[in-house]
Amino acid sequence: MQKELWKGNEAIAEAAVRAGCKAYFGYPITPQNEIPEYMSHRMPETGGVFLQAESEVAAINMVYGASAAGVRAMTSSSSPGISLKQEGISYLIGAELPAVIVNMMRGGPGLGTIQAGQADYFQATRAPGHGDGHMIVLAPSGIQEAVDLVADAFDMADIYRNPVMILADGMIGQMMEPIVWKEREAVALPPKDWAALGREAPGKTHFVTSLRLQSPENERFNQELTGKYQRIADKETRWEEIDCQDADLIIVAYGTTSRICQSAARKLRQEGIKVGIFRPITLWPYPYEALRKAAQQQSVKAVLTVEMSSGQMVEDVRLAMCGLKPTPFYGRTGGMIPETDDVADKVRQILQEVKP
Amino acid sequence: MSQIVYQRSPGLQDVETHYCPGCHHGIIHKLIAEVLTEMDLLDTAVGVCPVGCSVLAGNYINCDFIEAAHGRAPAVATGVKRTHPELPVFTYQGDGDLASIGAAEIMHAAMRGERFTTIFINNAIYGMTGGQMAPTTLEGQKSTTSQSGRTRELHGLPVRMAEMLSTLDGMAYAERVCVADIPSLNKAKRAIKKAFTLQMQGIGFTFIEVLSTCPTNWGMSAVDAGKWVKSNMTQYYPLGVVKDVEVQA
Amino acid sequence: MKAKVTFNLDRCKGCGLCVSVCPKHILWLDETVTNVKGYHPSGISDQDKCIACGNCAKICPDSVITVEKLDEEKK
Repeated sequence: MQKELWKGNEAIAEAAVRAGCKAYFGYPITPQNEIPEYMSHRMPETGGVFLQAESEVAAINMVYGASAAGVRAMTSSSSPGISLKQEGISYLIGAELPAVIVNMMRGGPGLGTIQAGQADYFQATRAPGHGDGHMIVLAPSGIQEAVDLVADAFDMADIYRNPVMILADGMIGQMMEPIVWKEREAVALPPKDWAALGREAPGKTHFVTSLRLQSPENERFNQELTGKYQRIADKETRWEEIDCQDADLIIVAYGTTSRICQSAARKLRQEGIKVGIFRPITLWPYPYEALRKAAQQQSVKAVLTVEMSSGQMVEDVRLAMCGLKPTPFYGRTGGMIPETDDVADKVRQILQEVKP
Repeated sequence: MSQIVYQRSPGLQDVETHYCPGCHHGIIHKLIAEVLTEMDLLDTAVGVCPVGCSVLAGNYINCDFIEAAHGRAPAVATGVKRTHPELPVFTYQGDGDLASIGAAEIMHAAMRGERFTTIFINNAIYGMTGGQMAPTTLEGQKSTTSQSGRTRELHGLPVRMAEMLSTLDGMAYAERVCVADIPSLNKAKRAIKKAFTLQMQGIGFTFIEVLSTCPTNWGMSAVDAGKWVKSNMTQYYPLGVVKDVEVQA
Repeated sequence: MKAKVTFNLDRCKGCGLCVSVCPKHILWLDETVTNVKGYHPSGISDQDKCIACGNCAKICPDSVITVEKLDEEKK
């Protein structure tokens, strides 16, 4: 397999095309503009549909339409644009439609900045849209992983009939890294016999909808969704543990932040401080059990969460830990990127403070 | 020996509708059902229903349907038609759905000349939510959010969607009709048929604005409401062909 | 009798649109009758006068009415 140098945004777009994405609808917003730009010529080349929609709202609804008609469809945006898509995402969840949504996070709130951030964690994992329901949220830490996760995202979306989000930050979109296009094993996919692309017979029509006016029916549906999400949690939860064995302290971080923390960990190892990295890959479903297990080791004195936000994933870490060990937080936000040395300082400070 | 002059169209599902007595939705649904039956498009048609009284249209017309979020039907239809250009696709939208929250979506669909048909039900009020003012509510007309009547100073004058959208090159055919009496109803059916015919020929975006009633929220009988369409609404919203590219060409 | 007009009475919502478009004025809402929905359904007062124009059936929002034209021989 030949290594190729790709820019993150373009690699993600190409990965979608290779995964059989046949419709892309998007809107310009920094720092993900290369995705619609790349798709504007690549989609027609591969017999797919590209349209720059009039807004992010329109784009997610075009995805909804294409998906309802049985097509693998995708959109991408960045934080403020994802807010606009929340209504559409709720409708996708309610209508049980597959879709892939890419969020290249930037600093917020509001218009914020165009620099990278991780402050959409709550939005992605807690409130993809109104109502009960979840998106599967995948967090790559580099371009190779992003490319692999995009392919997984389309499969998961079809298997579970649910929207899936690739939650990355602006750095992943903008940087360039060498990647390989891996051969993937074909996955067994359920038929889309529910799709609205022509009725089966008079009186046997498909009605793709999220409207369930009768509350008992709506409750039943929500219970089925809960069952679906449990199945997803059982089967699809992913994480990576790096040097967590006998660690003095575990850092929990995802995306680019996890790589910065890995650099800090390597530095600290040279001083004899054993720092492990626990890197969630699925932010929803979150690897609560695995995290708690890693933290239960006697050597671990604290579990530090590092994020590019004011502290969002730290709440899931604290939920996993239930007070078992101290769970401090370190973050930079508003588009600022944590520095390796600052993370290392924080680790040293924590280990000082927890000494008996 | 007898010959059927009129019976329930097979283009309708054999169910009762939730619409109020005399609501024109029922009539317009029938016209669409009849047109799709006559054009043999029921097997492949995909309708997109809005948020509003006709949110359940997918249960009434005998073809596939997709429920859209409020105002987003043209975007949903774009997603379907662009990926499946061979399917007859249509949106069915009320005046709040299309002219208020969905103004951007319908404008851009017309601008792009999307090859689907929009049936726009203009009854100058928000029906489902209980009678609030719509972008098409007439000057002086009372609603629950314009209880002294719509005024130019406070609310601006209502919007004529067929004319406004027809300024766009992508609009291939726009006609305003009503179903308040039999001659008008016959014209409305012909207009809907023309719209679908042009869609299947791939000519461009087709738009039929149907002036309709809301007896419940207008506070009138169904019969009086029909008369009000002709006496009041057609003054501001003239019936007739607004744009026809084939004529202009 | 030129025509036969039948009503699916239980689906009628008593809106009166059919009454308003009948050119022979032979349709009415019978206020002595209530259907299963509680409406006064429409009915035809004089089938012999019906010319089978179909107006009533065309305008009915609920497709309650079926109109048949009978052959002239059958009197």
